[in-house]
Amino acid sequence: MRIVVLVKEVPDTYGDRKLSLETGLADRAASESVLDEIGERALEVALSFAEKHAGTEVVVLSMAPESALATVRKGLAMGAGSAVQVVDEGLRGADMGLTAEVLAAAVKRTGFDLVIAGNQSTDGTGGVLPAMLAELLQVPHATALSSVEIGEDVVRGARASDAGTMTVSAPLPSVISITEALPDARFPNFKGIMAAKKKPFETLSLADLDVDPMDPGAARSIMIAVSEKPPREAGVKITDEGDAGEKLADFLASNRLL
Amino acid sequence: MTDFAADSILVMVDVMPSGEVAKSAAGLLGAASGVGTPVAVVVTTPDLLSGAAEQAASLGAHVVLTATGDTSVLSAPAVDALVAAAGLVRPDAVLVSNSIEGRDIAGRFAARTRSGLAADAIGVSRDDEGIVAHHSVYGGAYNVDSAVTFGAPVITVRQGAIDSRAEAQPLNALPLEVAPAGAPAATVESFDQVQATSTRPELRGAAKVVAGGRGLGSKEKFELVDQLADALGAAVGASRAAVDAGYVPHSYQVGQTGVSVSPQLYIALGISGAIQHRAGMQTAKTIVAINKDGDAPIFEIADFGVVGDVFTVVPQLIAALEAKKK
Repeated sequence: MRIVVLVKEVPDTYGDRKLSLETGLADRAASESVLDEIGERALEVALSFAEKHAGTEVVVLSMAPESALATVRKGLAMGAGSAVQVVDEGLRGADMGLTAEVLAAAVKRTGFDLVIAGNQSTDGTGGVLPAMLAELLQVPHATALSSVEIGEDVVRGARASDAGTMTVSAPLPSVISITEALPDARFPNFKGIMAAKKKPFETLSLADLDVDPMDPGAARSIMIAVSEKPPREAGVKITDEGDAGEKLADFLASNRLL
Repeated sequence: MTDFAADSILVMVDVMPSGEVAKSAAGLLGAASGVGTPVAVVVTTPDLLSGAAEQAASLGAHVVLTATGDTSVLSAPAVDALVAAAGLVRPDAVLVSNSIEGRDIAGRFAARTRSGLAADAIGVSRDDEGIVAHHSVYGGAYNVDSAVTFGAPVITVRQGAIDSRAEAQPLNALPLEVAPAGAPAATVESFDQVQATSTRPELRGAAKVVAGGRGLGSKEKFELVDQLADALGAAVGASRAAVDAGYVPHSYQVGQTGVSVSPQLYIALGISGAIQHRAGMQTAKTIVAINKDGDAPIFEIADFGVVGDVFTVVPQLIAALEAKKK
């Protein structure tokens, strides 16, 4: 079985993240870049399956600038067998439609039985990509899974939707996305980091994938304005001297918050 | 043959398994009525269809396009119906709830029709060139507007973000002729409906939220959060640390990867205020924080901060609130 895991480099949410007010694009220099945690969890699902099922190939796939190479490589250090990174200047500012087309073309090229993605990235938080990808690949999607059971020709899991929890199943090949209810990912160890250097790492361009970012047949979403909200300012801060509860009740009452 | 208004906005209405339309429908139809003429798409089982259509009209749909769908097939019937509806209506925009189900429908629909997609909008407007989606990104730190290069944008709208409501309309239902695309789909094998076990308001969209963090110390002691929430008529939330520690289920989590809230009042108890948490609540109108650690980052954004022990301050607060009620 071949499992393709989608991973993404994102600005670290532990720091302040910046958008360029000129281009509207993420300011990559403003914060640390990391592998998005939800993608690591998706990789963990694939790796723990592969450990128990010999003959499973795990491929990490990312569409990212060249600078993200080290981040994508972390997927190899964690245990993936190979990596594919789509790098192309024509992808700068790509919307979700173009991203889905690129990833679908790369997944098709690699071949897959199962694609695993995180349900939402921490930067874009779009949450639409797995379904778009499934549509383009003409396979079922099973999104937002909080548990995953991979069988020989079927994938099954619990899906907590807004109305309740459902059990869904999809025949393979399929695209699934997982939530952070799934276990934390493993840390790469020294052996893994050393082994990663020898693993196949393929870099693809738009031409390799035969995707035209300016395709006149597809409408694209574009950013037309961006502005920064003024930071919130701190108000009153008191130290409890035995009457803080009462003072707080007065504050709430005087602000008509009761 | 019904004529559709030139400024029609197609609204995909989620229908719950009970037959009720999802809470998000009111905001979607409200948003649509602000920029055009709302036309709803309702897909559910035949027995629930007329009730759901009735509700969509009462929430402001000028026309309700109906289609029957097998609820054991994930998303596909709704996507097929939306494609048929868009072909019929030629809308200026397609609005879908930014729910788990809505995102899947919007994603599949946009990919199939090669439409431009804008996710997680908090509002829509219209300019000379068409419909514009407004977004709040990076945890509310930036406002971003987006539009599409041509055609009708597909916009998922954040739940609870739209306050405006449309005027009720008489029911004008029209069955859709749907040609199933035959796209492979996942099967829903079983479904457990969420039981309303609490009389408290739902976290998403609540006017007041009391949230607890790791500072509560244990699942048992987290009850203090419930007590204050009940005294205020507030919903209960939690930080990721409290969820990870097992005090409350994941559905309580407020923040980057949980629920985003924008209440009138947000009270953070024993929450340090990691940026992921702040991302989900810093648009609250008034923020109150109680924490032992005076250096906790939550104080940087709190309108009223108390450096103190939640287990002494909160019981006193509850007593004071009860005294004020008398």
